[in-house]
Amino acid sequence: MPRLTDILQSWKDRNRSKIEEWMLTLKLIKRMPLMIVGIILILSFIFIAIFGSYIAPYDPYKISFSEILEPPSLKHPFGTDEYGRDIFSRVLVGAWVSFEVSIITLVIAISIGTLIGMMAGYFGGIIDEFLMRITDIFLAFPGLVLAIAFSAALGSGIHSVMIALSLVWWPSYARVIRGQVLSVKENLYVEAAKAVGLGNLTIMIKHVLPNSISPIIVLATLDMGGVILTAAALSFIGLGAQPPVPEWGRLIADGQPYFPEYWWYVVFPGIAIFLTVLGFNLLGDGITEILDPRLRRRVEFGG
Amino acid sequence: MGVRLKEREILLIESLSVYFYTYSGIVKAVEDLDLSIYEGECFGLVGETGCGKSTLMKAVLRLIPPPGKIVKGKVLFKGIDLTKLSEQQLQKIRGYKISMVFQEPSSALDPLFNNGYQIVETILSHEKIAQKNAWKKALSLLRTVKIPEAERRLYQYPHELSGGMKQRIVISIALAGKPDIIIADEPTTALDVTVQAQILDLLKELQKKYKTTLVIITHNLGIVAEYCDRIGVMYAGKLIELGSTLQIFENPLHPYTKGLLAAVPKISSKREKLASIPGTVPNLINPPSGCRFHPRCRYATDRCKKEVPKLLEVEPGHKVACHLYNGENNG
Repeated sequence: MPRLTDILQSWKDRNRSKIEEWMLTLKLIKRMPLMIVGIILILSFIFIAIFGSYIAPYDPYKISFSEILEPPSLKHPFGTDEYGRDIFSRVLVGAWVSFEVSIITLVIAISIGTLIGMMAGYFGGIIDEFLMRITDIFLAFPGLVLAIAFSAALGSGIHSVMIALSLVWWPSYARVIRGQVLSVKENLYVEAAKAVGLGNLTIMIKHVLPNSISPIIVLATLDMGGVILTAAALSFIGLGAQPPVPEWGRLIADGQPYFPEYWWYVVFPGIAIFLTVLGFNLLGDGITEILDPRLRRRVEFGG
Repeated sequence: MGVRLKEREILLIESLSVYFYTYSGIVKAVEDLDLSIYEGECFGLVGETGCGKSTLMKAVLRLIPPPGKIVKGKVLFKGIDLTKLSEQQLQKIRGYKISMVFQEPSSALDPLFNNGYQIVETILSHEKIAQKNAWKKALSLLRTVKIPEAERRLYQYPHELSGGMKQRIVISIALAGKPDIIIADEPTTALDVTVQAQILDLLKELQKKYKTTLVIITHNLGIVAEYCDRIGVMYAGKLIELGSTLQIFENPLHPYTKGLLAAVPKISSKREKLASIPGTVPNLINPPSGCRFHPRCRYATDRCKKEVPKLLEVEPGHKVACHLYNGENNG
């Protein structure tokens, strides 16, 4: 948006409507304690993912045979593993792997899904049939099985996990976007946009997509947890991150033979996964509620 | 006399047919329709819901949604056949040469963008000018359509405005390119009665100011009587009567037009039962043979069931498609 100092003086004046909406959003969040818990969990997760390797007290790869499988103590809050590595440090550093996998997977999945869903919904007809039947083929397989097949075919490693998960995740976005586009494109403003001489591409990008995107935001937030879980599952069965990368699912897999005697080996990475997924789910539920226009208006009028 | 005969035709529709290919059959929404609209006039297109008046005007800009298709005919705008233009060429005409004002101002604006942006978008898609100048132009357009506190409205969102104000925004968008023709599709149906007159006065005033041709599509005869120079009456996808406002109101010829005029409530000393036309609008998948009005027509003869009446001139500038009037010279 251009700077229009000559038409309206202050930035506040020009963006008053936007500011009001954001204030309302803030007010809504304050009324939802569970969403605040979710936000705190996610912010800590992101913080740990980015700064984990700096705040980790030990080198997560450093082997120390004098401290094998020590229980949690002040020195090692989460105990140590079979090579004497500090599990607390490994969990902190592992956050980055989960974060990277979930973000990249979803970026790829949402891009593919949005592109295909938009084209299918907007153009309809044969294009729609063709694209949606391809989507159906992907949806016909159970997600985890397909992910296992893809990552097994692509070879183990964290990158093949990302590709495999993206391939599994895009069809649901394509479906959701298509459904949204189908209803949004019937709006009069789309016809009006055509009547003022805008091209299909402009209408799709500027008017149809932004009006279709809100369920995607919710779905993506909820899926972050799902992707982290599935990535952990793939690592658990040995297809994802390879040792000695401290991926959370990998840690649980490595600790499994020592359970329940050396319980801390699996419990702490498990708690880390649990809290992260819980955080994303609470956040997703909260966003769903915030985006509900009825709730917004009710609160706006002091209800 | 036919006062408008000598004026220049700006829009000429020639034997236009628009069909919708639906599952239950082919809906012949507009069939074999001829119409010319003159430069600078205010033309009123009247008819019942579903008679094809909106479809006809959308067909002019080729805005017919997918199952619908222009199957034959020409739409000549200043001599250019719009049905033959490419999509890109048409985009230059849409909105800037011929623009539309829609029925529902609340849904004609994208809720996600502020009002100013929606005007600017139209300007920028047709003119190569700097963003800043486009915004200035948007502001002056808002002043033209007499929106109070125009500066503030520019940065407000559609949901923050009343229906009448939203319609003013829509009109300002339609005005952005100083179009030759503005097509207003039931511009006031969704508005309060008190606001209706304001919006129509504004349209009329702008039409005079910019010497634009205005086409008002409506089912409200009061509106056409007050604002339009000429009137076309549509029934079941056909134009059945065409004439100056005076001709139509003083001397309606087609039985349907007569019925339509009789159905308008009048304030008189006596309370009387409101007249209505028996029957309903025919199914356009299997329209009645011959004259499409014959099943509801009091004067229908055998000829009406068999032969489609042609739109013929009965007095200068006044045309009607009815066998009652051109029986002798046509038979």
